Amino acid sequence: MNSLKRSIVSLAIGAALAAGAAQAQISDGVIKIGVLNDMSGTYADLAGPGSVVAARMAVEDFRAAAKGMKVEILSGDHQNKPDVGSNIARQWYDVDKVDVIVDVPTSSVVLAVNEVTRQKGKALLVSTGATSDLSGKACNASSVHWTYDTWMLANGTGSAIVKTGGDSWFFLTADYAFGHALERDTEAVVLKNGGKVVGKVRHPFPSSDFSSFLLQAQASKAKVIGLANAGADTINAIKQGAEFGIVKGGQQFAGLLVFLTDVHALGLNTAQGLLLTESFYWDLNDQTRAFARRFGALHKGAMPTMAHAGVYASVLHYLKAVEASKTDDGVKVVAKMKELPTDDPLFGKGVVRQDGRKIHQVYLFEVKKPSESKGAWDYYKVRATIPAEQAFRPMADGGCPLVK
Amino acid sequence: MTEIFGIPTQALAGQLLIGLINGAFYAMLSLGLAVIFGLLNIINFTHGAQYMMGAFAAWLLLSKLGIGYWWSLLIAPVALGAFGVLIERTMLSRLYKLDHLYGLLLTFGLALVLQGLFQNEYGSSGQPYRLPQEFAGAFDLGFMMLPRYRAWVVVASLIVCLTTWYVIERTKLGSYLRAATENPTVVQAFGVNVPRMITLTYGFGVGLAALAGVMAAPIYQVSPQMGANLIIVVFAVVVIGGMGSIGGAILTGFGLGVIEGLTKVFYPEASNTVIFVIMVIVLLIRPAGLFGKER
Repeated sequence: MNSLKRSIVSLAIGAALAAGAAQAQISDGVIKIGVLNDMSGTYADLAGPGSVVAARMAVEDFRAAAKGMKVEILSGDHQNKPDVGSNIARQWYDVDKVDVIVDVPTSSVVLAVNEVTRQKGKALLVSTGATSDLSGKACNASSVHWTYDTWMLANGTGSAIVKTGGDSWFFLTADYAFGHALERDTEAVVLKNGGKVVGKVRHPFPSSDFSSFLLQAQASKAKVIGLANAGADTINAIKQGAEFGIVKGGQQFAGLLVFLTDVHALGLNTAQGLLLTESFYWDLNDQTRAFARRFGALHKGAMPTMAHAGVYASVLHYLKAVEASKTDDGVKVVAKMKELPTDDPLFGKGVVRQDGRKIHQVYLFEVKKPSESKGAWDYYKVRATIPAEQAFRPMADGGCPLVK
Repeated sequence: MTEIFGIPTQALAGQLLIGLINGAFYAMLSLGLAVIFGLLNIINFTHGAQYMMGAFAAWLLLSKLGIGYWWSLLIAPVALGAFGVLIERTMLSRLYKLDHLYGLLLTFGLALVLQGLFQNEYGSSGQPYRLPQEFAGAFDLGFMMLPRYRAWVVVASLIVCLTTWYVIERTKLGSYLRAATENPTVVQAFGVNVPRMITLTYGFGVGLAALAGVMAAPIYQVSPQMGANLIIVVFAVVVIGGMGSIGGAILTGFGLGVIEGLTKVFYPEASNTVIFVIMVIVLLIRPAGLFGKER
């Protein structure tokens, strides 16, 4: 059934792309932005169609039309499958003359698309993809990693929990590139801070039933159950954990990657008290609130996640770099992006490092109790702010070949 | 503590129980599929979507109308059953004379449409359904914590499965149904309204899916994907049990739940594939499935 579904969906995408191709021949003076993500599966709420909305808002705020630049946005559904993702990327670059691909959740997919982009000399702005390898051994002159990465998450949530006494860990890990990277980076942080890892289990991605894994975690007697997964997997694990009395039994969940939409889906009753690390929250200041209101009006009232914010900010900075370098050549624009300081209403001022890592301050949030929340989407309170220089892996430690 | 392959026996007992609980869902869903296939000869690919709609019905009843879990157990299956009757009357009934493939394509297409509609309306992260108050907490069995709700699921599923099996295999109504699949013309000659019986059977099968959906709502996130994830496994269960065999569907549902549970302990990475490996082996040795008859 899945393969049939896949072929039907790819047929539909093919048809959509064929339509795009016809337009591309009309004009070569167009900057084409392809938003590639999971439009229909586990990660569709935290990125998905909302990322297309965010990209449109960036183009609007850049005032591309007033500056005489023609910008088009395409979107595609990679279904969390590396083969589907890299096929769309090739088609976009070769046939549809797409200049830059943005967003790309699912580490296994983004690593594949990263390689295609490097070969074609185009540009890749990663917002939702998490693996820290993008600014490590897989880094190249074509890509920028904007919003967050597994090292940042581990460093934020992991060390905060170890320091408050959560020193023995059991990992529940999604069995693919992302989960492995997040587990690796978090384990390093736990060990560095004097904690220990008493066990781990790798679950198929995606999974819906976690009871068996939770039972193993319970039996391990670890103080902390680290969830190295995301989206619906994390939601179901936490929800079923409540059923098995994980928290009542004295154990604690560490949601290593939790998005605002996940908390929304869980409800505060279940999610309260959860610690999480993100680089953006809609209710931080007037600028983020203004952005969120506009976004919500275009996206069924939902507030933006940090993935959406990253798409917005990275597209904005990309367009500035195109304007400054007067070209849409991928490698040249990315070089310009690293040269220009970044400044946008959502992440403030920052830089893109030589290894492609965008750095900005990040926040350790705690999910509010139902009594503290004023209503829908009022979910986080800031526990700590981590300055940009400490939030991300030092450039020298990543092993990126671009860094000399 | 005694150990089996490095796993303490107590932990193993817990995992067996968990497997049985998951098996309860497989059994209930594959039962509906088997009933529909056995009597209508339709491979009902919409089953996963109907299960999902059952869960959504429960969620809508609770969040929009304030109607709780127990009433949902009744209302959702009846409403979805009526929806099934509508589908059977307007669409499926035109396909009985054609090849299986047409029914499969129609139901598959319907599943995608329904899933897409719910995705568009409610997003992919799903909606939380509150655990009914009566079931809060867990029994401490010594070797594991057994959530009260999961215990209820196993019991309820067993009751539903056994009742269905009894009605179809042991009562007069069931014998009409079975006779109608063997030779509809003769049964009709005896004055039985066969088309109506078939319509109601489809409605009943869909109702079973919806019932499973309501029971799943407090455990899983109520999301448009929940059926699609499960339906493939359930199909494998039906194939292993033997297409159309009611008892086979029930037994393999529980059995495979247990096997899958054990895989999650010994080699979790394979837990999504183990059922399909078993399916391949069974099909090689017994092409009609474990309990199926060659037709």
